[in-house]
Amino acid sequence: MTLSDNPIGASYLYLLEPEIRFLEAAVEHLIPTDELGPGARDAGVVVYIDRQLAGTWGVHGRQYRGGPWLEGTPQQGYQSRFTPQEVYRIAIREIDQHCKAAFDRPFAQLAGDGQLALLEQLEKDEIALPSLSSKFFFDMLWRNTEEGYFADPLYGGNRDKVGWKLLGFPGVPSGQYRELLTSSEPYHAEPVSVLDIQTGKVPVDAEGFPKHVVTKPNSNKES
Amino acid sequence: MSATKLKSVDVVVVGSGVVGSIMSMELASAGMNVVCLERGKQFDASTDFHKPNVYDELKFDRHSDIFQNLARDTITFRNNDAQTALPMREMGAFKPGEMVGGTAAHWGGNARRFLPHDFEMYSRIKERYGKSFIPEDCNLQDWGVTWDEIEPYYDQFEEIFGVGGKAGNLDGEIQPGGNPHEGPRSREYPNPPTRRTHEGSLFAEAATSLGYVPFQGPTAAMTQDYRNLYRVQMLECARGGFCSSHVCAQGAKANPGSAVLPALARQPTFELRPLCNVLRVNTDSTGKKATGVTYIDARGNEVEQPADIVILGAYCFSNTRLLLLSGIGTPYDPRTGKGVVGRNYAYQQGGSVQVFFDDREFNPFIGGGQVNTSIDEFNGDVIDRGPLGFIGGAYINTATSGATPIKGKRVPAGTPRWGGEWKKAVAHYYRRNMSISIHASCLSYRHNYLDLDPTYKDAYGLPLLRMTFDWNDNDLRMMKYLNERCTEIGRALNGSKLGGTNKGTHFGITGYQSTHNVGGAVMGSDPSTSVVNKYLQSWDVSNLFVVGGSAFPQNPANGPTETIGMLACWAADAIKENYVRNPGSLV
Repeated sequence: MTLSDNPIGASYLYLLEPEIRFLEAAVEHLIPTDELGPGARDAGVVVYIDRQLAGTWGVHGRQYRGGPWLEGTPQQGYQSRFTPQEVYRIAIREIDQHCKAAFDRPFAQLAGDGQLALLEQLEKDEIALPSLSSKFFFDMLWRNTEEGYFADPLYGGNRDKVGWKLLGFPGVPSGQYRELLTSSEPYHAEPVSVLDIQTGKVPVDAEGFPKHVVTKPNSNKES
Repeated sequence: MSATKLKSVDVVVVGSGVVGSIMSMELASAGMNVVCLERGKQFDASTDFHKPNVYDELKFDRHSDIFQNLARDTITFRNNDAQTALPMREMGAFKPGEMVGGTAAHWGGNARRFLPHDFEMYSRIKERYGKSFIPEDCNLQDWGVTWDEIEPYYDQFEEIFGVGGKAGNLDGEIQPGGNPHEGPRSREYPNPPTRRTHEGSLFAEAATSLGYVPFQGPTAAMTQDYRNLYRVQMLECARGGFCSSHVCAQGAKANPGSAVLPALARQPTFELRPLCNVLRVNTDSTGKKATGVTYIDARGNEVEQPADIVILGAYCFSNTRLLLLSGIGTPYDPRTGKGVVGRNYAYQQGGSVQVFFDDREFNPFIGGGQVNTSIDEFNGDVIDRGPLGFIGGAYINTATSGATPIKGKRVPAGTPRWGGEWKKAVAHYYRRNMSISIHASCLSYRHNYLDLDPTYKDAYGLPLLRMTFDWNDNDLRMMKYLNERCTEIGRALNGSKLGGTNKGTHFGITGYQSTHNVGGAVMGSDPSTSVVNKYLQSWDVSNLFVVGGSAFPQNPANGPTETIGMLACWAADAIKENYVRNPGSLV
């Protein structure tokens, strides 16, 4: 993906160039491109992450931020003193420093196998970063990757609704669901997003529901 | 800063959720001057929760601005006294609400009554199995009310919330199609039951083959267009999913906003004040009479609202915390077992078994509004607990709640967490699985409690509420047994693979479980083990009523909201019919 491919706008609000390269490589391992369709990189997941980091969540606008800051148990959840913005900036820099020291190049320039092995090490907390747990960063990255791939395309990911086509999820419901509730026939339709309706690409009926274009089951799998 | 003191009113109500809205409506319509204080925002359903924007999983489930703003106020949590409690920094296991309409604005519509057994659990367990059968450290106790007393108030709540279902027990006569284990009902549900989905039919068939009696679990999402007791119209549920966590764009899910507030707004003696955060209940020099409440208004001013009657109708955590901050009642001390405020905190147990198919495909995104097929053989005390070695129970069901794409994907055990194999598995199984869910009781134990945190403060500089809680052996034995039963049902469904949840032996506040936090200001007949009497009236301050999930002595299986609504109707009636005529202790 180049910046000019980005239909949301060819700009990033928070992420820096090395971070974009790191994330494009990393998310493509988490959800790879394969015969089922595009992976996370081409689905715009890095754009999604950028928008999230630049927004309320990126600065933990609705999360409790007061100290003191203690490590806590796994049962006690998020206890980092860092906001998500800070987590991404610090972790990516420190992982790239690790890669440069160990392999003489940043993460994005490692071969695919090397990137994959490194992600597995991060997940297992096997890489000792100076400022935070590598597993903590990995878990946040995976959570955001999954969100970006499957959230409404409004948020910059799930481009062309690839995540929903992968699942066979029709998106915004149609007004026919009442009648379909008891059906044992699989229902397949071209997915409709909030973005589609907001931008006038899909019209809605008097109740506000979109009209679905019903498809055959397997037509969902191409993309 | 000195507080602005306002003119006194008859009643001040804290919170505008299920309790606050219903009690305000009942008392205002009886002619009393009622002011309701709500910490959250006002909303306009036609613009705040409109189509298509409500169909946004990320916004409503992950980044919701209708959940409690933790930047201002949260809880701290630890598993036991030996640990240091730390703040719940992000929303996880539960999601208390923060808007006009409260937590119920985004509830799932699960509208089950408790069983008669649940209200007298201590007495009935002791009578059937002997006192030694109750775990030693379990603070099991009765509620101080009986089924016959409270059944009319369940009925009243169901007429307000338009509950749909099929009676299984009408005045003691077992009815085909309903739940044969429910308590006797005085009449049918106001609305018909949900229709059965494909998954529901498969579950029903498997359950029947094992000797259980399946029924459609009750729901507060309208099963037809309905005008309620307060003459408010609600539309039939469109089954479009995006239900729990979301406010319904259709207005089909009964909640304070759709079922009560439109009627309440028309009451001339009622005033709602949003964005007002109550700091404490004030008492007079004797400490035995409440004089009103002090709150911070939307502009940041400290305001005193005097009132003849104070009703705390907020979430379990807020009710308990306000009592502690106000110095009303003796705080619970787990070392001595003495004191009552914060005692008997309990949560909700849950689990599930998933069945994966290679030859069946479902429409998991169609549903919501609590469409479910249930069995109740494992609830309450239906099956002899003697040989099982635990007390408590669960309903088991298959629900089609509308599987959303971020959180609603299930994969068989052993699937990698990410990568190509994971991608293939979600693609294959998103539409090819069904879940058998356990919704189970959680008892109260001596070492599980709520108090004020010694370190962490909210945005007003007041101590956060501290939760000390972990699972217990009795409850874990119960879950193991229930998982085995669900696995049997799962096998009878002849899928290709089974999966399940294993949440470990320690409770954690990460990962959504349920918003069913209860206790801390429990009701009962003994002031040494309860905060409020059977009418939800404070033992210490007779013009203070503390109503909500906080009043549950332990948490039965069936989900708290219906019973919270019932208690609101029950307490309002006690105030209208008895307290007003003869102020003072009602017992």
